[in-house]
Amino acid sequence: MASAGAKHVTGWLTINIVVVAYALFPVWWIVALSFKDPSTLTDGNFYPTKWTWQNYRGIFDTSEFTRALINSIGIALIATAVAVVLGTMAAYAVARLRFPGKRLLIGMSLLIAMFPPISLVSPLFNIERFLGIFDTWPGLIIPYMTFSLPLAIYTLSAFFREIPWDLEKAAKVDGATPAQAFRLVIAPLAAPGVFTTAILVFIFCWNDFLFAISLTSTTRARTVPAAIAFFTGSSQFQQPTGSIAAAAVVITIPIIVFVLLFQRRIVAGLTSGAVKG
Amino acid sequence: MAEIVLEGITKRFPDGALAVRGVDLTVGDGEFVILVGPSGCGKSTTLNMIAGLEDITEGSLRIGGQVVNDKAPKDRDIAMVFQSYALYPHMSVRDNMGFALRLAKVDKATIRSKVEDAARILDLTEHLDRKPANLSGGQRQRVAMGRAIVRNPKAFLMDEPLSNLDAKLRVQMRTQISRLQHRLGTTTVYVTHDQTEAMTLGDRVVVMRGGVVQQVGTPQHLYDNPRNLFVAGFIGSPAMNFLHATVEENALRTMLGEIPLEAELRQTLERRDAPRELIVGLRPEYFEDASLVEPGRRGLTFTATVDVVESLGSDVYAYFREEGWQPAASSDLAELAELAADAGAQETSADQDQIVTRLSAATRIREGSRAEMWVDTAKIQVFDPHSGANLTHPENHRA
Repeated sequence: MASAGAKHVTGWLTINIVVVAYALFPVWWIVALSFKDPSTLTDGNFYPTKWTWQNYRGIFDTSEFTRALINSIGIALIATAVAVVLGTMAAYAVARLRFPGKRLLIGMSLLIAMFPPISLVSPLFNIERFLGIFDTWPGLIIPYMTFSLPLAIYTLSAFFREIPWDLEKAAKVDGATPAQAFRLVIAPLAAPGVFTTAILVFIFCWNDFLFAISLTSTTRARTVPAAIAFFTGSSQFQQPTGSIAAAAVVITIPIIVFVLLFQRRIVAGLTSGAVKG
Repeated sequence: MAEIVLEGITKRFPDGALAVRGVDLTVGDGEFVILVGPSGCGKSTTLNMIAGLEDITEGSLRIGGQVVNDKAPKDRDIAMVFQSYALYPHMSVRDNMGFALRLAKVDKATIRSKVEDAARILDLTEHLDRKPANLSGGQRQRVAMGRAIVRNPKAFLMDEPLSNLDAKLRVQMRTQISRLQHRLGTTTVYVTHDQTEAMTLGDRVVVMRGGVVQQVGTPQHLYDNPRNLFVAGFIGSPAMNFLHATVEENALRTMLGEIPLEAELRQTLERRDAPRELIVGLRPEYFEDASLVEPGRRGLTFTATVDVVESLGSDVYAYFREEGWQPAASSDLAELAELAADAGAQETSADQDQIVTRLSAATRIREGSRAEMWVDTAKIQVFDPHSGANLTHPENHRA
């Protein structure tokens, strides 16, 4: 019996280790690469034999990368904020109200989410040039918002559905207007949902490459994923491998920070105690 | 404090379902009225309409002499206690109780003193700064009560406020609610599906079924003079026993034996043009161990096998079930079927194919033995099996 149990545990442990290693190996590889000296860059070692900060220093030397970083942060934050605010309102309506065309609205937003972005890039390119927002921040914020809103509405409406209806009724009987009930009772309770959605939307905007490369032409609005593609080596015969690795590591950091920062807010069971436990 | 008047209140949901049909009810100033009935009888919908959480399809609702049909809940000045308590989880007990006052823009010092007064009444003073999640079920229930009384509203509406508590706590809170209501003298409408709560709490009880008011009256009146089969079966625990009966020359023949027809009852049946097949209702306490009854007392004596005996100390419940017996089959009448379903849902002992008797503690009856039983036939209630109407009910006579 005991040996069967031990076997069971060992089996699971092995599987877990394999999965984790499989997932983390590329991350380790890129980190290792970013610390390698140019001369040992292609030696194929898993571990840098000659440690150096040169790659990192290199990407911050010119304004190209820092400018892209600022673009990335600004665009992603604004798109996230707008998407979450609009998504919260829409999701509340979807979860709580009965109105004509509700199914159509949900269907439409789902449709947008399923549309392959690549098929929209060319029309968007033309539209944005016509409107004069090509290669500007709004030129990226608007498509990001459009594509992340369905996601925001979906996750948030799931959260709103979890909040007991009775709380809102209680607020109404206590003398709250619908706006007060939302602001003072519902919104604070939906906070974990809002933060979860914010993280998801932020990651989506942060990681996007397709729109970033197609809808920008200069460093004015080019975000990091696109900027990395324009990295050049110090001579045309040299590959910018080290710089790309360093930049990749740098743009991973904000995501990690963002998740760690808000992870605490995503506490399950914030609503516990509202209704009979 | 105010009178609540419902006139022909009807609720039809958008899908066409009729939840409440033409309810007329006047809840007097300071009165404690209970709406009781099985689930789906429309009692909660009625309460929600009084609160303003549901629209009224037809009829008029007046609170304190003012028609409030189209007023938002916040303009009705009523407080509600929810079954789930609906406490705001992100606020402390103090903020929960003061929320309504805060919305009404009462100044902070007044809120503080009012909340503390209410907390003292409800014994919550040391919990004021805790969050609902850290409270026990009973404490949460008291916070929900506190939130209602802090405001000193025109009326309290309570939607099964005790059904989430365990049995012992429920009895305690029941007396506390009763005391509180007497002390504050606030008009109260209380919804429950528990007939014991209904009997013990209210000044008057409204029994509902299928969206229709069945009977309104004091608890004792409903118990003694149920208007129809449904009320008879719903009020009282253990429930009333129903037996098939056939009208004979001078007697009602039931499976227990022949119940002699009194002249008065006979006249009543004739006057009301009663069918030959009837249903007889006998409350468990009409029965007694035959050996304990003084000889010569009028009644029916019969012999049956005791199925189960439950001794409660003060009383003994004895259950009988006999081969070939068929007390009123539950499928006969929608009302009985509904009662049976409800009893099953509540896991009470009311079983349609057995007879429940409540005997004095002195009985020597044993499980599985044959026992001679006596039943007081003077108090029987006779029902029309088709309409369910109580043929022995005085008010039904005049109708």
